Amino acid sequence: MIEEKYALELIEKGKRIDGRRFDEFRKIEIEQGIIKKAEGSARVKLGETEVIAGVKMDFGTPFPDTPEEGTLVVNAEFTPLASPEFDVGPPGEDAIELARVVDRGIRESKCIELNKLCIQPGEKVWCVFIDIHMINDKGNLLDASALAAIAALLNTKIPKVENEKIIRGEFEKNLPVVFKPINISVCKVGDKFLLDPTIEEEKILDSKLSISVRDDDKICSLQKQLKELDFDDILKMIDIAVKKSKEIRKMLG
Amino acid sequence: MEKKELLKEGRRIDGRAPEELRTIEMKVDVVSRADGSALVKFGNTVAIASVYGPRALFPRHLQELETCVLRCRYNMAPFSVDERKSPGPDRRSIELTKVIRLALEPVIFVEDFPRATIDIFVEILQADGSTRVTAINAASLALASAGVPMKDLVAACSVGKIDGTLILDLNGDEDKNSEADLAFAMMPTKDKVTLLQMDGNLTREEIAKLLELARNTCKKIYEMQRSVLKEKYRRVE
Repeated sequence: MIEEKYALELIEKGKRIDGRRFDEFRKIEIEQGIIKKAEGSARVKLGETEVIAGVKMDFGTPFPDTPEEGTLVVNAEFTPLASPEFDVGPPGEDAIELARVVDRGIRESKCIELNKLCIQPGEKVWCVFIDIHMINDKGNLLDASALAAIAALLNTKIPKVENEKIIRGEFEKNLPVVFKPINISVCKVGDKFLLDPTIEEEKILDSKLSISVRDDDKICSLQKQLKELDFDDILKMIDIAVKKSKEIRKMLG
Repeated sequence: MEKKELLKEGRRIDGRAPEELRTIEMKVDVVSRADGSALVKFGNTVAIASVYGPRALFPRHLQELETCVLRCRYNMAPFSVDERKSPGPDRRSIELTKVIRLALEPVIFVEDFPRATIDIFVEILQADGSTRVTAINAASLALASAGVPMKDLVAACSVGKIDGTLILDLNGDEDKNSEADLAFAMMPTKDKVTLLQMDGNLTREEIAKLLELARNTCKKIYEMQRSVLKEKYRRVE
């Protein structure tokens, strides 16, 4: 409680609890290929916040309306080891919302060329499973998760197939990924916008708009969270996100 | 599979102009057992909402000392869609339940009812696109009809883009084949946005136009909600 009050007082004075600028992220660390058993993986740290995304590739059946396209499934686990506030059990509404927002950022950006993942039209396609595990919740899990997801996809290889069987550990080619969508959650406290909130700052936010931006500055998803937003703030928040997304995208190489 | 043609000579598949709403119907007090209720139709999309409360919240550890707890459920009836939806919550309805609760919470004077709860249940009886915004319009009317003290009503609509054209109030076919859809709810007299979700591909300028269209439409929907409520209280007199 005391940290949150302090964070709020500081923000009102134009400062942040860890001395950052309002539009500054904590130190971003991206490490790819960290899980040997996964076809693609990445660890992302935003300061002390840490998440791991793993990609598994498997055979699946296409949706009837897209018989020649691979499929995408995104899941998020708020593992109880990451925070005293997470419980054991099936995903709660926060985990489901996070997974669905990350899913929309990836899916709507069309960053994966799903039409290149068809094995047999209408019958058999590659299914891309992205599973995101929270390791340490020190704030801003959503931006960390979305970054881990795209970093893991960029690291993903399609396994070799022989006699209709997947040969694990041997690969055919890279997963075709053509865009790098970046999710930026723009937060508001009082009259100030800020990015990458810490766990203390998260508890005092008034509103938050999560914005997924593609390489060409197109917006591929929006999700308002927390309390009500001022109508006139929406475009300002989008401008902040577009600007920041360019800087973070560079870190993906 | 061939892509469905959604726009022909400036008209949509159901004959509407791009910025035209479907026929909207609103009714309150449709569930007499509830403290407040409403039915809202946007074309073939039908949502029914009931409100119970403010009422006691048990078990007690769920109570908040200084506010009431708003609980919400968005549910689609198995028969509301083409292929039967298996009953019970799926990931989509769990997310929608959360965003709908957040869309309604800002208008309620929650501090007036410490330790209590207000329950809002919304059933989608027929789904033909824009179900979440129809649900919000119904829930907002049900809350007002229950006499829950509110700062404003919440009015909601969807906007989007099909075949390069910006449109209002997506129906089911448009929703499935759209280039973008954006769900929007606001407190019309306060200019505060309580729901904003978008997926698709839009430029900043397109978003600016869609937001303006959504805001103007919500003002119209708000007037409809008001007149339904006024009618109710005139009946009581």
